[in-house]
Amino acid sequence: MVRENVKAGRGCGRAAVRAYRCGLWVLLFCGMTKMLQTVHPKMEASKSVVIRIQLSFVLAASLLCVGARAQEGAVSHTEATHQAAPFGVVAYPDRPEQPKEVLDRGKAAYSVNCSFCHGADAAGGSVGPNLLRSKVVLRDVHGELILPIVHGARLAQGMPKLDLPDLTVADIAAWLHSLKTGGNMTPTEEINIVTGNAGAGKGAFDRRCGTCHSVSGDLKGFAAKFAQPMQMQQTWLSPGVMKGPGMPELHVPPVTATVLVKGKKITGKLGAYDDFSVVITTADGVVHTVPLDNGVPRVVVHDPLKPHREMLPTLTDAEIHNITAYLESLR
Amino acid sequence: MMMRVAGVLMALVIGSASAQSLDPSSIVHRDVKAWPTYSGDYTGQRYSPIAQINTSNVKGLVQAWSAKLPGEVTHSGGVGTTVAPLGRVSGSIVQVDGVLFVTTPDNVWSLDAATGKVNWHYQWKTRGGTHIGNRGVGVWHDRVFFETPDNYLVALSAKTGEEIWHKEIASFDLQYFSTMAPHVIGDHLLVGTGNDLDEPGMLQSFDPRDGHVEWTWYATPMKKGDAGLETWASVDAASHGGGNVWVNGSYDPETHLYIFGTGNPSAAFTSQLRGPGANLYTCSTVAVNVDTGKLAWYYQTSPHDTHDYDSAQTQVLVDGTWQGKPRKLVMTMARNGYFFVLDRVTGEHLLTSKMFASTNWAEETLDGKGAPVRIPAKDFDFAGALVSPSTQGIVNWQPPAYSPQTGLFYVNTSETWEMFYLATTDPRGAMGLGGEQLMNLPSNGGWLLAIDYTTGKPRWKHRYPGVTGALAAGVMTTAGHLLFAPDIHGNLIAYNAATGRQLWHQHISASNAPETFVLHGKQYVLAAGGDTLYAFALK
Repeated sequence: MVRENVKAGRGCGRAAVRAYRCGLWVLLFCGMTKMLQTVHPKMEASKSVVIRIQLSFVLAASLLCVGARAQEGAVSHTEATHQAAPFGVVAYPDRPEQPKEVLDRGKAAYSVNCSFCHGADAAGGSVGPNLLRSKVVLRDVHGELILPIVHGARLAQGMPKLDLPDLTVADIAAWLHSLKTGGNMTPTEEINIVTGNAGAGKGAFDRRCGTCHSVSGDLKGFAAKFAQPMQMQQTWLSPGVMKGPGMPELHVPPVTATVLVKGKKITGKLGAYDDFSVVITTADGVVHTVPLDNGVPRVVVHDPLKPHREMLPTLTDAEIHNITAYLESLR
Repeated sequence: MMMRVAGVLMALVIGSASAQSLDPSSIVHRDVKAWPTYSGDYTGQRYSPIAQINTSNVKGLVQAWSAKLPGEVTHSGGVGTTVAPLGRVSGSIVQVDGVLFVTTPDNVWSLDAATGKVNWHYQWKTRGGTHIGNRGVGVWHDRVFFETPDNYLVALSAKTGEEIWHKEIASFDLQYFSTMAPHVIGDHLLVGTGNDLDEPGMLQSFDPRDGHVEWTWYATPMKKGDAGLETWASVDAASHGGGNVWVNGSYDPETHLYIFGTGNPSAAFTSQLRGPGANLYTCSTVAVNVDTGKLAWYYQTSPHDTHDYDSAQTQVLVDGTWQGKPRKLVMTMARNGYFFVLDRVTGEHLLTSKMFASTNWAEETLDGKGAPVRIPAKDFDFAGALVSPSTQGIVNWQPPAYSPQTGLFYVNTSETWEMFYLATTDPRGAMGLGGEQLMNLPSNGGWLLAIDYTTGKPRWKHRYPGVTGALAAGVMTTAGHLLFAPDIHGNLIAYNAATGRQLWHQHISASNAPETFVLHGKQYVLAAGGDTLYAFALK
């Protein structure tokens, strides 16, 4: 798809708060990028659920922190849909809010008359189609398109005639329209991601991580620092990518680089680095900007997270899950 | 004498500039004075035969002008009430008779190509829709057409910017949104759309005169008896199956085939309700006859996709050589990590090549048709499945290029990673892009690849500096033996197309693919950086 499922509902309750918070992230992010005179490296067409939106900003920010002068103005689908919050552009059509008593009546009538075929959540049952993505329901305003079908217009397709009063159909329509659909949906299910084997995880940890890390040393109490195991797992896979609320302060050493200029070695913290110049800050605080031409002089980058990046292609999902289970077992 | 010739030329140019009109039949004959359509011509090669700027003098390329797109509006329209932020330029800038037509979502500007001076600015007030990007206008005679995020096709006067008409092309209520540049093929206006719910993808042909629909090609079977239905669980699943057409394709005037890529099947990630089949014609290269709207052939690059790997990339048509014989080819780098070469007349598969060893969602062995075979365990996991590439892909909408001088296919790529977590155990809850939580991991590198299509292997490649990567904007080649490519750090870079040696650069925060044309006898290179256009020429 071109775009993400930004599951931020607009205009009501928790979802609105969430969308607004994303807006704040956008603003915060814009501020940061301005400051660094750079813009965020994510491309237009990545996508995802709300949680990831926040993560991706954080990711972008962290990429900036490692000194990449990122691509200007690239906007992810998620971000585009979330421009909505500050600017009032809705990514998906929203329905006016209805009084609670109407929704209660509609839900009750739906449960009695419709849920057997269309599912209690209207997302489809064994016989009836998913109403959340039904063209009729999506285009309907007050039940005017739904009513004829309830009253027998689709007998041939197997939809029985139901003898419901017009006002009851209108209530059912109001309730259906209050449900979030597709891009407006936010997953609410709690899924436990700690499914691995902690015992096997210890072996995998020693093999994969033991050269640099220890659960009694730098990673003592690691899992307990995170609100959710998913945050912990994402962090051990790629430290520093996830930031923000509920995330601990990590101490990832900076990326450093060495370049030879006129026989003199310059080594220090890596700043902006592209094909035409590299910025290195040496220990004395001096900022060196070295012009580059087709790879000359050669810049040698020392990336403390290189083992993490190099691990990805050979890491199996079972190893990931087991290592996470092991670290969680020490929570 | 020279002065007089120049004066006459100038008068001719000015005379035609006031015309601002494009005979659609002229697009098939490459006019170096214009950039008349999405890719510069119909082939999708983004190759310009202009050689004024070349490997020996490109070092002297300097800025001729720059122009920040103004917010001031000369004409407005729209069925909504909201004015969206102006956005950034991420599409092609059409140039006809010395006039540029440039877009951002809801906005079209006309500028003088020689000076950057704005002639008019049309703004559409929106109902909403995802304002992710706009790929540009189509020009037909004296009219300019563009799509809006809330799914209207708008016809403007090229000369004045006044609206002539607008037509709804898809339903905002059904969560469609539109980004594609209307593609002018003769008297057909080809129009595609995007959708993040479960609505079917389609390509529609409109009559540019009055905006009536000539035909609609659906990317999925819509009713009993439709071809491909056997690859879906049911008519309901198929007709809610996605496959959106949201990036411009290419056109073969000999066969009248419009060759383009379709998007992912829907629901995107949790695929149980789609049935176990291939889910035709999603994630495919398809060839549709522009006169009839009928499918001529298809090749599915991601059978039964489960990672949102749209195959919506601009297809590149090449009259090439295959195993020693001349052959009419189409090639595409797909978001799923694989490069494909097909026969563009028959759709016969010729080559598949995996670009990065890290790509891990498919088996090492291809299927009988040369397509990758998905590993179901990499669809998702409760505890997360580590997948490369990410949903963003190794490529995306950013256009590739080809040079007949080198025989190489050029494309910016990114070696991406993502964790796929299941978010909803009930597959009925997984509409559109729902049902999973995707957690991005940093890209392992942004790469510019120059691929020999006969082997599918890079002849040369360049990794952009930095410990991580990203995906840079689209690229262009010229007869000056040059490749112009934006990098991930905001530079527009000129390369020797054969060797990959960098010859010139300018930091403009490039946000679209560069283009080139000859104006008043002088070659210009034009690119956008966010909301600003930059034109370059030799001193």
